[in-house]
Amino acid sequence: MRTTINSLKKGEKAIIKDFDIDVIPLKLLEMGCLPGNMVQLLQIAPFGDPLYLDINGSHLAIRVETAAEIEVELVQVKL
Amino acid sequence: MINDNINVALIGNPNVGKTSVFNQLTGLNQQVGNYPGITVEKKIGFCKLPNNVKANILDLPGTYSLNASSIDENVVIELLLNKNDKLYPDVALVVTDVENLKRNLLLFTQIKDLEIPTILVINMADRMEQKGITLDLPYLEEQLKTKIALVSSRKGFGIDELKKLITTYKTISSEPCLNASVIDPEYFDSLRKAFPSQLLYKLWLVITQDVNFLNLERKEIQSSFTKSHTDLKRLQQKETIKRYQFINDVLKVALKVDISIAKDLRSKIDRVLTHKVWGYAIFFAILFIIFQSIFEWSKIPMDFIDSSFASLSSAAAKHLPEGVFTSLLSEGIIPGIGGILIFIPQIAFLFLFISILEESGYMSRVVFLMDKIMRKFGLSGKSVVPLISGTACAIPAIMASRNIENWKERLITILVTPFTTCSARLPVYAIIIALVIPDEYVFGFLNLQGLTLMLLYLLGFGMAIFSAYVLNKIMKIKGKTFFVVEMPNYKLPMFKNVAINVIEKTKAFVFGAGKIILAISIILWFLASYGPGKNFKNADSILRSKTENSTINEAELENKIASYKLENSYIGIMGKAIEPAISPLGYDWKIGIAIISSFAAREVFVGTLATIYSVGGSDNEDTIKNKMGAEINPITGQKVFNFASGISLLLFYAFAMQCASTLAVTRKETNSWKWPLGQLIFMSGFAYLVAFIAFQFLK
Repeated sequence: MRTTINSLKKGEKAIIKDFDIDVIPLKLLEMGCLPGNMVQLLQIAPFGDPLYLDINGSHLAIRVETAAEIEVELVQVKL
Repeated sequence: MINDNINVALIGNPNVGKTSVFNQLTGLNQQVGNYPGITVEKKIGFCKLPNNVKANILDLPGTYSLNASSIDENVVIELLLNKNDKLYPDVALVVTDVENLKRNLLLFTQIKDLEIPTILVINMADRMEQKGITLDLPYLEEQLKTKIALVSSRKGFGIDELKKLITTYKTISSEPCLNASVIDPEYFDSLRKAFPSQLLYKLWLVITQDVNFLNLERKEIQSSFTKSHTDLKRLQQKETIKRYQFINDVLKVALKVDISIAKDLRSKIDRVLTHKVWGYAIFFAILFIIFQSIFEWSKIPMDFIDSSFASLSSAAAKHLPEGVFTSLLSEGIIPGIGGILIFIPQIAFLFLFISILEESGYMSRVVFLMDKIMRKFGLSGKSVVPLISGTACAIPAIMASRNIENWKERLITILVTPFTTCSARLPVYAIIIALVIPDEYVFGFLNLQGLTLMLLYLLGFGMAIFSAYVLNKIMKIKGKTFFVVEMPNYKLPMFKNVAINVIEKTKAFVFGAGKIILAISIILWFLASYGPGKNFKNADSILRSKTENSTINEAELENKIASYKLENSYIGIMGKAIEPAISPLGYDWKIGIAIISSFAAREVFVGTLATIYSVGGSDNEDTIKNKMGAEINPITGQKVFNFASGISLLLFYAFAMQCASTLAVTRKETNSWKWPLGQLIFMSGFAYLVAFIAFQFLK
């Protein structure tokens, strides 16, 4: 099954794998949303949208519809 | 501006403290370009550097990269690519935040590709120790081919060194620090061969951007070097990856962060401020304080300004020799200036709060909290700021929509913002509510007049939201819906930044919008003081002969003459002419005059009525109010300002587009006459309809 950013739970970290370049704004790439970089879901806004992420050290909010386009691989968090 | 000053451009991501650096360099020696008028907002300041060098410091809007996605970012690129611009920088300062160095350097590497001498300013250096950050500056300088200034604009250190560094700008390298053309060597080679005299990176920007370039024949480049949108974007992605690779390699050596020292206050505060209950509770509490300040706390200085200008005007009338000039001064210019200055307290309070909220980083959290709700209406979370600002004045509010990337969301925001109740409506509401709504309490504690005022505010806001909803449904604009908001770290707002912002914004209002209000007051005075034909000229003798036998005292006679003159003045004739159109709304020709004149700016309404009811010592509100209250419609025998006509007027003013400056700003921001005309026709048409229904129903 395809894991995307919007399916992460609060606090979970993942590695960005792939996305369709046509649907992701360039600005997001420039903020560090590139394959291989780390993303962590920090907060979810009330009503479930937008999402507050730490992408490669940048603290950003993006909408669920965008997050759903970015495929990631969950990182096992050591407890 | 003196031409032999060197031009220094400040460039950087939003939230890096760029404005603080600007304020440290320039203090109050700043000019905010335009309001309304010029096409972009440019902030220029002046700075004396060591060795008698003088510099123009240009503060450009915050941008994440040279790939523009908003109007603000276009401004930056257009300037940096146009060598003929008189503000084209001799040296660029790229301001970065030490905690976000990686991302901030992306923009830096792009600026370097433009081959402008560039200094890297690393700001917030005071946090390095606390965050466990160490930097290898010599290595960074060598790799990035630049000079570095480590500053803390907050603590004020490093600024003198930065100034010294700027004076050495001629020795600073203008070489690019990486070779971006490796992303597609073949393509870039052919580009280089076709335009040997142009900068390669500049050509690349022209191909990929939708910006105006003066020196380049866009068509020529595009026809021979077209690539599909997807291909271009893929190249841009490769370019971004390439830049990050370079940056990561450099920072791997130059930047050390000891994570054990770093602690995260941000997430703790975020947990409260974006909480699904507390988040909204805090936001509404803040809104309440803002409104409280705009309406309650501003009252005292506003009343003071109001009464000062009223007495100044009557003093001028009394002490200066009688004549046209005195009359222009006391009835046109002084009340006109007063009508502008009276809004200073409200505007200042509003910008005080907004700049504190922006500076502290809280505003991004509001955007985050509200986005989902606002989106239901075709707006963006970012529309919250314009809608709040609109309660002071729609002009800066509309300009605040510039950071909304999605064109449809931005356009809807611009179109509906004038519905929010701006401070110019307040004097109109105040006087009419006082006339037609009884000063009584319901349920023992709710003041009916206060309640009415609150309802009018809610009505304005509700109408903004509702029309956004409708526009969203009917407008067929397909745009990339994207929304990327940086959530900056929390900071204590700096007093200096907040103060300068409040002063600059208020100044911009007074000198920008103020000019229009003053001009209208003068035109109005002229139209009310002169008239065609004998009736106007001979008003004095006509009325004296009419009233010869009645027992009327001199003061009353004077008033009668004044109103007779008004009836036959130019503006009186205009009022009479539109009377048939407005009598179904319950208005007479005198109100008609006030409505005509207030089409350019609402606040003129009360002043016009003051002139029309020809009360000596005009601006005493109580007297105008009494006069208005006593006015009888000769045809119906009813009071002119009764409940039905009063409500009709309130509704008319709630909806009608009566602000020339707002129309001008909409024209500027949308770059078309279509939208401001649409605003004018829709809002005023709707206002007419609602006022008509209300009056016919209530009368």
